[in-house]
Amino acid sequence: MTKATSPMRRLALLLAGLLVSAAGFAAGPALDLEPANTQLGNRAMMQRGAALYMNYCAGCHSLQYLRYSRLAADLGLTEEQVMANLAFLPDARFGDAIGVSMSKEQGTALFGKAPPDLSLVARSRGVDWLYGFLKSFYADPTAQTGWNNKLLANASMPHVLWELQGTQEARFATSDDPRAEPVIEKLELVQAGVLSPAQYDAALRDLVTFLEYAGEPAALKRQSLGVWVLLYLALFTLLAWLLKREYWKDVH
Amino acid sequence: MAASPNPATPPAKGLVGWIEQRLPIFSFTRAHTSEYYAPKNFNLWYYFGSLALLVLVNQIVTGIFLTMHFKPSAAEAFGSVEYIMRDVDWGWLIRYMHSTGASLFFVVVYLHMFRGLMYGSYKKPRELLWVIGMFIYLALMAEAFLGYVLPWGQMSGWGAQVIISLFGAIPGIGEALVEFIRGDYLISDATLNRFFALHVIALPLVLLLLVVLHLGALHTVGSNNPDGVEIKKGPVGNRWSADAPADGIPFHPYYTVKDLVGVGFFLMIAAFIIFFEPTFGGMFLEKDNFVPYDPLVTPEHIVPVWYFTPYYAMLRVVPDKLLGVIVMFAAIAVLFLLPWLDRSPVRSWRYRGGLYKLALGIFALSFVWLGKIGGGPGTDPVETQIGRLLTVLYFGFFVFLFVYTHFGFEKTRPVPERVTTHD
Amino acid sequence: MAEHSVNQGRRRFLTATTTVVGGVGVAFLAAPFLKSWQPSARAQAAGAPVQIDISRLEQGQLIIMSWRGLPVWVFRRSPEMLQALPSLDGNLRDPESRNSDQQPAYAANPHRAIRPEIAVYVGICTHLGCSPTFVPELTPQPFDADWKGGFFCPCHKSRFDLAGRVYSGVPAPTNLPVPPHRFITDTLIEVGVDPEGAA
Repeated sequence: MTKATSPMRRLALLLAGLLVSAAGFAAGPALDLEPANTQLGNRAMMQRGAALYMNYCAGCHSLQYLRYSRLAADLGLTEEQVMANLAFLPDARFGDAIGVSMSKEQGTALFGKAPPDLSLVARSRGVDWLYGFLKSFYADPTAQTGWNNKLLANASMPHVLWELQGTQEARFATSDDPRAEPVIEKLELVQAGVLSPAQYDAALRDLVTFLEYAGEPAALKRQSLGVWVLLYLALFTLLAWLLKREYWKDVH
Repeated sequence: MAASPNPATPPAKGLVGWIEQRLPIFSFTRAHTSEYYAPKNFNLWYYFGSLALLVLVNQIVTGIFLTMHFKPSAAEAFGSVEYIMRDVDWGWLIRYMHSTGASLFFVVVYLHMFRGLMYGSYKKPRELLWVIGMFIYLALMAEAFLGYVLPWGQMSGWGAQVIISLFGAIPGIGEALVEFIRGDYLISDATLNRFFALHVIALPLVLLLLVVLHLGALHTVGSNNPDGVEIKKGPVGNRWSADAPADGIPFHPYYTVKDLVGVGFFLMIAAFIIFFEPTFGGMFLEKDNFVPYDPLVTPEHIVPVWYFTPYYAMLRVVPDKLLGVIVMFAAIAVLFLLPWLDRSPVRSWRYRGGLYKLALGIFALSFVWLGKIGGGPGTDPVETQIGRLLTVLYFGFFVFLFVYTHFGFEKTRPVPERVTTHD
Repeated sequence: MAEHSVNQGRRRFLTATTTVVGGVGVAFLAAPFLKSWQPSARAQAAGAPVQIDISRLEQGQLIIMSWRGLPVWVFRRSPEMLQALPSLDGNLRDPESRNSDQQPAYAANPHRAIRPEIAVYVGICTHLGCSPTFVPELTPQPFDADWKGGFFCPCHKSRFDLAGRVYSGVPAPTNLPVPPHRFITDTLIEVGVDPEGAA
């Protein structure tokens, strides 16, 4: 389109390159996180994840920005299915947001601080972090709850999924310096859970997929709509370009 | 859209004529569209002015609709944004159009400004045009900052905390001024409420007024072009008008249809972001801003949105608080003086000395690199040293420019009589 | 600068096509903005159907419930009240409930109800929005010597009978609306939903 001098082009490329690297940088410090491989839009996964959430998480963590009715519509469930199988609060109505029976005061008394709402946790932490966090609990007799977490040291949350995963213990790296903070080398499964490690990973993937959905229910619609918008814009741009070319025949 | 421009417009009859006699809006519109003659050699860089106008309209329209659902109170703001994202029909689209528009506004404006630097669009007689543009840039930065506070997430609150504290560096009145801006002893409901008022009413009015002035000044002096040739001083007469510049073409329809192509491409980029990557990897919407503001918990990295990071980097690499603030504001202020620092008789870099091109390249590079540093954690001492060097290079550009052009060191090439290229 | 012949047909065609395609785009873009004015999910949740237990509702007793911010009257009519209804037909503006805006089809019957004894009406005068007073007694009243029970609006003297039907010669133009409602069980009414199978 333009007869730009070549240094300018190089500059444009450089700008683009820097922008991309800056984007990667802004995404957060490089923790070595295993990809969660969530599949937003996979209804079966979201349904299983919702069931896991309601059974293991919803006792303490609300989803104050997600309504049961929205959940039903997006996960392809009926009102009866959701209210019978996923809503545990006695006075919950279909249009309500997903609440929690534990009050903030009770939560604070139990865990030192009230368990946070998880509506947006997948957006603020990222799905990979959540996946890693839920895999990284290990038994720690010195902790108040008996559990610690490799990804979030001294987490006040106990390992609620221990029945499924089993019990992990931390193996510390040997250090020459006796004053150095012990560094966890790896976590080792010392007592098997109900699920095999592969099954546990798959269950977590379901759960994190559900949380990703809960963080932005509109994402389901947004991506499918976006394809059509782009196709329309491509057509419009093509027409505009033809129109421009036609008119610019006047310009010499 | 007129099929072919007809300069000899007969006096209008009927309703149009009746209105025209009382308020000449039709001839006014013509004078600024089909009878405004722009140089025919605009290139890619000339899309960004009309695109900026498009984004402004987008921000205003989406902003009005967001205002219908947003609650400007510390207790409700965060929740009301999620309410927009989930409960309001299509609220998510309107919100993403607004948040993406904010970032793209700066993308477009930075490219628009760089265009001015490349082709000397700030030089006589366009000094005032440039200065008004700089005021638009200032108002835009204020508008963006205020808007970022409104969702009342962690970055909103802590960003406000940091930026407002900058005013505390002013000796004597600093602390009192900070308290005055906040309207409280901490960032609070009062701060949010007044920022909301400024964001949705005061600054948009200022911006609109400045844009009208910017366009008025542009249409008075005429557009510059990639050759920096003054088409009004060249030969007269073209196929549309006997007394228009020979190298000019009517803005409408030629540049309206051309800008439409630019709009199409731009909207594809915007739509891609809005529908597929609305947070842009945490650059347009930061992760921490999905956590409600908590005055007791500071996020690990407090970093402004990307368009502020070059200045933020300068603030951080200067070891003294007051000096850092001065450097930061000076970085913006010095741009106002550009028309008077550059004494070169030649506008476009196509015909300017090689050192000018090099200096401009280094200037742009240092700005972008500073932006990268400002967006990082700021803990690497080597990076801090680089940041200091880049800050010096940033200001060095202006010093160099003055010395280079004022004392006649620059060897320019002859500028052609007529514009040279068009596509 | 040689003149060349302009293909006006092609130019017009491209201009028209681009305008139409652009216009369609603008229309599609306008839709989300207009739709954002619809009741939100929160408003819909707040306006969700409301249930009411009528097992202890006595004959001649009226209870007021709130549905979408509207006062909804639920009352039980006695056999005498029901018997009196047809005798009023001559005094009413729309005794046969022909105005279908004022009740769903399943309530367009002489007693304007699903079950004759249980009446469910929106308690807002169709004149200017006051709430009429419940005067169930079938005895002469200061405002009507032949009163057979019903509602009297204190604002502008509109009168309705015990089936919510408006009298002739009063300012209110139409009968009291019957909200969508259904019987979940014999004693449990849900207001805001039509009975299954009814539209």
